[in-house]
Amino acid sequence: MSLTVPAPIDPGASLIAGFPFPFVEDRYRYSTNVSPSPSLVTTPAGQWGAAVVDVDAEYRRELAERKDILAKDPGRHVVLPHMRGAAWDALLTLMHELAVAYPGRMSLARTGPHRWLWENRVLDEVLEFTYGDERTLPDEPLGYIASQVQDDIVLLDQRADQLWGDAGVVTFAADWSFGFDVGMSFLEIHGPVPRLREEGIITRAHEFLKRLQPHQPYRRTNWTLTIGRRLDVSTELYPEWGPDREMIQRVDDVTFGRLVHLRVEVQHLIRLPESGAIMFLIRTYLLPLEHVAKVEPWRIRTAQVLAELPEDMADYKGIIKYKDRAAAWLQASGDLS
Amino acid sequence: MTALELVVTALDDPVPGVRSVTFAAADGSEVLPTYVPGSHLVVDCGGRTNAYSLTGDAVCPPTYSISVLRLDDGAGGSRWIHDELSVGDVVEARLPRSAFAPASKATRHLLVAGGIGVTPILSHVRAADQWGRDVQVLYAHREGRGAHVAELRELAGDRLELYTDQAGFVARLEEVLAAQPLGTHLYVCGPTAMMDHVLARAAELGWPPSRLHSERFGIDVLDPGEPFTVTVAESGTTLDVPSGTSLLEALLEAGHDIPNLCRQGVCGECRVPVVGGRPLHRDLFLTEDEKEAADVLMCCVSRADGPTLEVSLR
Repeated sequence: MSLTVPAPIDPGASLIAGFPFPFVEDRYRYSTNVSPSPSLVTTPAGQWGAAVVDVDAEYRRELAERKDILAKDPGRHVVLPHMRGAAWDALLTLMHELAVAYPGRMSLARTGPHRWLWENRVLDEVLEFTYGDERTLPDEPLGYIASQVQDDIVLLDQRADQLWGDAGVVTFAADWSFGFDVGMSFLEIHGPVPRLREEGIITRAHEFLKRLQPHQPYRRTNWTLTIGRRLDVSTELYPEWGPDREMIQRVDDVTFGRLVHLRVEVQHLIRLPESGAIMFLIRTYLLPLEHVAKVEPWRIRTAQVLAELPEDMADYKGIIKYKDRAAAWLQASGDLS
Repeated sequence: MTALELVVTALDDPVPGVRSVTFAAADGSEVLPTYVPGSHLVVDCGGRTNAYSLTGDAVCPPTYSISVLRLDDGAGGSRWIHDELSVGDVVEARLPRSAFAPASKATRHLLVAGGIGVTPILSHVRAADQWGRDVQVLYAHREGRGAHVAELRELAGDRLELYTDQAGFVARLEEVLAAQPLGTHLYVCGPTAMMDHVLARAAELGWPPSRLHSERFGIDVLDPGEPFTVTVAESGTTLDVPSGTSLLEALLEAGHDIPNLCRQGVCGECRVPVVGGRPLHRDLFLTEDEKEAADVLMCCVSRADGPTLEVSLR
C-alpha cells in the first residue's frame, strides 16, 4: 500500500449520522437536481441539511488542512479585481448563515453603520471589521471567510448573459483545478463533463442560475469515489493521488473497504444580495465503504448505483477501474453479515 | 419567503409633490434583506401593486426608503401613498428585485437621471461611494423640484451636475456621451421622452447596446401602445389587441386563463412564451438578458414591436 494515502479516520457516530447520502434511486444520472435550502433530510442513519453552512466534527481539522494547502499553493485562492464587492458580500452572507445556524458558537453583531463584530467561539476568534475596508481584516475577505467554513467557495459574476467563475477559494477540488478554471464561463467550465451538454442539463442549470434570486438559496448533491480520506484531489496534486487508482486494485478486501470512500458534495447556489454574484459552495463529505455498508439501505443502494453506472460517467468520475469492485464489495459485505 | 411586512416609520416631503417613505420590518427585526443597488420594492398600495426604487443603504439596512412622485392622473398608487399612508401603517411588499444593477467590470458608471427617476440613480451613487467606483452623474429636474440633491452632492461631490433647463442638459449630454472612457456603462432613469433621447443619442454615438441600461417605471403612466394582432400558436386563432388594451386583457377576454396579479409588469405571474414576432418589453420583472432573448414577455404591460406577435399558451 502506498504511503501517500491519507489514513482513514474513525468517522465517529456524528459524521455517519450527518452524512448526506446522495442516491434517491437505484440508478444515477445527471439531472438539474436542485431544491430549496435549508431543509432537513432524514436518512436511515440520521439527518442533514438543517443549515446552509454545516459545521461538523471535522471543522477544525479541515480548516487547518485548508490553511496548509493555501500556504503551499496560493493559486487555490483567486479574486479578480472586479469581484472585490462580491467577496465582501460572500463574507457577510456566510457569517450571517453561521450565526443563524450556530447561535451558541458563532455570532455577528452590528457595532456601527458599517461596523460588525464577528465571534467564532469554535476557533476562538473575535474580529471587529468595517464592511468594505480590507485593512480591518487579517486577509482578503474571501480568503478570511474561507477560514471560517468547511465549504470551498466559487463566486460567479453575471454579465453578457453568462456566468463567469471570477473568484474563489478551492482547496478540496475533486479532480479539477480552480486555478485552471478561473475566469472561464460556467458553460466552458462544464465542457468536459459527458452527457451534460447533449442532454441539455447544463443549459437548463445555466438558465436556472441566471434567474436565481437573493435570499432564496438552493442546493444539490454530487458524488464520486475517493481513495483514502483525501479532501484535496485537485488536478494539481494528480501525481500524488493518481497512482492510487492502480494501487487500490491490488489491496485486500478489508483494506479496500477502509480506503475507498463515498465522496459527497453538498453544493449551494446562492445569489449574493448586494453584488448580485452567484456564490457556489462545495461542502465535501467522505465516508469509507466499510461505514456505508453498516447502514443497510445505503449499502444496497450504493452497490446498485455503482453496478449500473454507465462507462462514460464512471470514466469521467475517474472510478472506472474500481467501481465494479466497489459494487461487488458492498454486495458481498451484506452476504457476510 | 418572498413576502415582507413593513411598517411605515417616517414620512417626509423633501420637495413639493414628492413623498419619501421610510419602512422598517413589521416584526421588529433590526435589519431588512440586503438588495442589489438599483433594486425596486413592490408595494401593495391599497389593492394595487406598484414598484418603487429603493434609495437608502443596501447592506443589511435597518430601514427601506422610497420616494414617490404624486401623479394626479396615474392609476392611483402614488395618490394612495401621498393621501392615505400614515406612520404606523403596515403594508405588504415583496423582496426587492434587481433589474438595474451596477456592472462589475464597468470602468465608469455614467448615471443620468430625470425628475423622480433620480431614485435608482441615488442607490447607484451610494454603492459607487461604498466601493470607490468612478461615477459621473447628470441630473435634470424642474427648478425647485430636485429630490435628493443634497444627498447626491454629499456622495458624488463635483461628479454631480444639475440641470434645470432642457437646452443646457441636452447640450451637456452630447459632450458627456462623446467623451467617456472605454468600458463606461450608461444608466438612465427618467421620463420616457428623456430616456428615448438619451438612448437614441448614445446609440448614434456608437455605444454598444450591452452598455446601455434604462429603468422605465414610476415615472409616468405607460402609453396605450400601438395596436397589433396576436396569434395563439396552439389553436392558430388570431386576436386584435387595440391601442389602450393590454395583451393580457385581450387574451383573458378571448377565454384564455392567464395567471396574473399586479398588472404592472412587476410580479412575474403573467409570463407568456413568445414563439413569433418581437416583443416590446415594458415590464420590470424580466432581466435585461431575458428581454434580449425575446422568447418570453409579461403580457400585462408588454406588447408587440411590430404588427404581429405569436405566443404559446400551453
